[in-house]
Amino acid sequence: MAKKSIGPVRREFTPWETPDHPPFIEFRNVTKMFGDFTAVDNLSLKIYEREFFALLGGSGCGKTTLMRMLAGFEAPTAGQIFLDGQDLAGIPAFRRPSNMMFQSYALFPHMSVEKNIAFGLKQDKLDAAEIRDRVAEMLRLTKLEQFAKRKPHQLSGGQRQRVALARSLAKRPKVLLLDEPLGALDRKLREETQFELMNIQEELKTTFLIVTHDQEEAMTVADRIAVMDKGKLVQVATPAEIYEAPNSRFVADFIGDVNLIEAKVSRKSGEGTLLESVCEGFAIETNQETDAGIGDRVWYAIRPEKVRIAHGRRDQDAANQIDGLVWDIAYLGDVSIIHSKVGESEKDTILRATFANVSRMVDNPITWDDEVVLSFDRDAGVILRG
Amino acid sequence: MDEPVPVRRTLGGWALIAVPYVWLLIFFLAPFLIVFKISLSQIAVAIPPYIPTFDLASGWQAFFEKLGELSFENYLWLTQDDLYWKSYISSVIIAGISTLLTLVIGYPIAYGMARSPQSLRPTLLMLVILPFWTSFLIRVYAWIGILKNEGLLNQLLLTLGIIDEPLVILNTNMAVYIGIVYSYLPFLVLPLYASLERLDGSLLEAAEDLGCPPWLAFWKITLPLSLPGVIAGCFLVFIPAVGEFVIPDLLGGSDTLMIGKTLWTEFFNNRDWPVSSAVAVILLMILVIPIILFQNQQQKIAEKEA
Repeated sequence: MAKKSIGPVRREFTPWETPDHPPFIEFRNVTKMFGDFTAVDNLSLKIYEREFFALLGGSGCGKTTLMRMLAGFEAPTAGQIFLDGQDLAGIPAFRRPSNMMFQSYALFPHMSVEKNIAFGLKQDKLDAAEIRDRVAEMLRLTKLEQFAKRKPHQLSGGQRQRVALARSLAKRPKVLLLDEPLGALDRKLREETQFELMNIQEELKTTFLIVTHDQEEAMTVADRIAVMDKGKLVQVATPAEIYEAPNSRFVADFIGDVNLIEAKVSRKSGEGTLLESVCEGFAIETNQETDAGIGDRVWYAIRPEKVRIAHGRRDQDAANQIDGLVWDIAYLGDVSIIHSKVGESEKDTILRATFANVSRMVDNPITWDDEVVLSFDRDAGVILRG
Repeated sequence: MDEPVPVRRTLGGWALIAVPYVWLLIFFLAPFLIVFKISLSQIAVAIPPYIPTFDLASGWQAFFEKLGELSFENYLWLTQDDLYWKSYISSVIIAGISTLLTLVIGYPIAYGMARSPQSLRPTLLMLVILPFWTSFLIRVYAWIGILKNEGLLNQLLLTLGIIDEPLVILNTNMAVYIGIVYSYLPFLVLPLYASLERLDGSLLEAAEDLGCPPWLAFWKITLPLSLPGVIAGCFLVFIPAVGEFVIPDLLGGSDTLMIGKTLWTEFFNNRDWPVSSAVAVILLMILVIPIILFQNQQQKIAEKEA
């Protein structure tokens, strides 16, 4: 049997698994205060060369501040930031080897597309032929050739976004900073552009650092994601690890949909852990180990798509089988999300299960007030302590 | 499909649109035509002091005969006496220099206001407008007290030992510049402030991010983008300054030549209504050209924003 692994392995690129691999960008105990407000709280983070790294979090979590400190628009209150071995303290933004793509794009309205792209190159006093070549290369990369002479106000939102990208890449920065780069695009265009961004990153092999509040965007584009909350890193891992093995209720809840079942540890063995749900009535058998002691309160996090739902005990092999009553159904077309009441006490729990609508016509479909059995495997969820 | 529904204007709707046109008709076009007619008449010792005067009482025949008496003689006269074209040129030069000085002083003020904390801006705006609460005439008179030989400025400089003799400022062109710059500064600061305040701060960050030091970013980004405000402000100073009468009359010297003063002398001292009317018509022509330029500029901005 093949070895089990978490999620798809994107490519043979995992420098973070080698402890002594030198980081390309390093935040070392960085703190940033705005008056009394701590935007970034004693944060340390290593990002590696050629990595596509995402800072993910809600508004006010400090992700943008962290990026702006790297760009040089804010100075850390304490701590150091290194880029390619160089301490960035005291280096003004206009001398830093990073370029930023702004959320508002910040295109110069009085300059044509070409001139916008050439702006940074002119600051470097490159000769005219070189600038022309570089601008042509960027126009090709972002498929903007026929818009070279247009002014920003003559372009669509998607085209402006590409001009902003071309302008920030033209100087061949050591690291490209993307501040919510796709926030202003509609959903379809956003998805397309995400893949475009990944292709460009693979072609140029530049280190990309993206700030976003959109978990799908982060999971699509990034090699690794740092989930931030209140100025601190909550978890730094690959998208699959973040989704399948969240380290806290915050991460489990922030990324995707999750059932969080409050439970107590009732038995521990080499085989795994047995949990007793707080709302009574069912036990959860897992193959997970936990450092919580017997009787400690924990949470069992299980994704709705890992929960199977059926009318009877069809799934004899499943380690966990829980009786439930269908309470609500959200029909989304591709899947239905079925909310079932489980447990016996008054504090009953709602357990969500995703039901893939694989057939158009169904005999005896699951419907409201049906008695159902919810089943899942021993390795379907994770035990979280906080 | 979704054809736009044609707007059906009611009588009230038409009346509303007509307001500015009626206003301009009564208070601009009609007086202008009267002045233009007088400019084509001849001076006479009469009341009013020009001929011909039209009176339909003597019938249409007389009306058309009198129409024949009108001539462009006065305009010809303006080209023959060099006082007039010298006054025009001198007015444009004085207004031009004053506008430049106003810009040099007003730009930093507007920039500083636009860069000040959001909470402070309404107060600063109030302070710029505050002088309007005092009569314009009184403020110009006050400058006499400041600039005269034994005035406040000279007293201060003498006391501080910076100068040994009082500076002669009053009744020179310098005093006119000071007066115009002081009086018209708000007209330049306000539109300039509006355009600088609209400027997206992230543009300057982007310029800096791309390797442009902040002082260079001012020349490459801030200045070009504030140009519409600069142009609007300069026109608002230049146009009234060309025809200015009070400031050169009160602060300027006898050799300060401005068309407003010449016109006043022609009208009140010489009682030559036809020639002074011709002067006024030409002045309007000189001002109409900049106004058209200004409107073109405004239209371009409007198109850009659309």
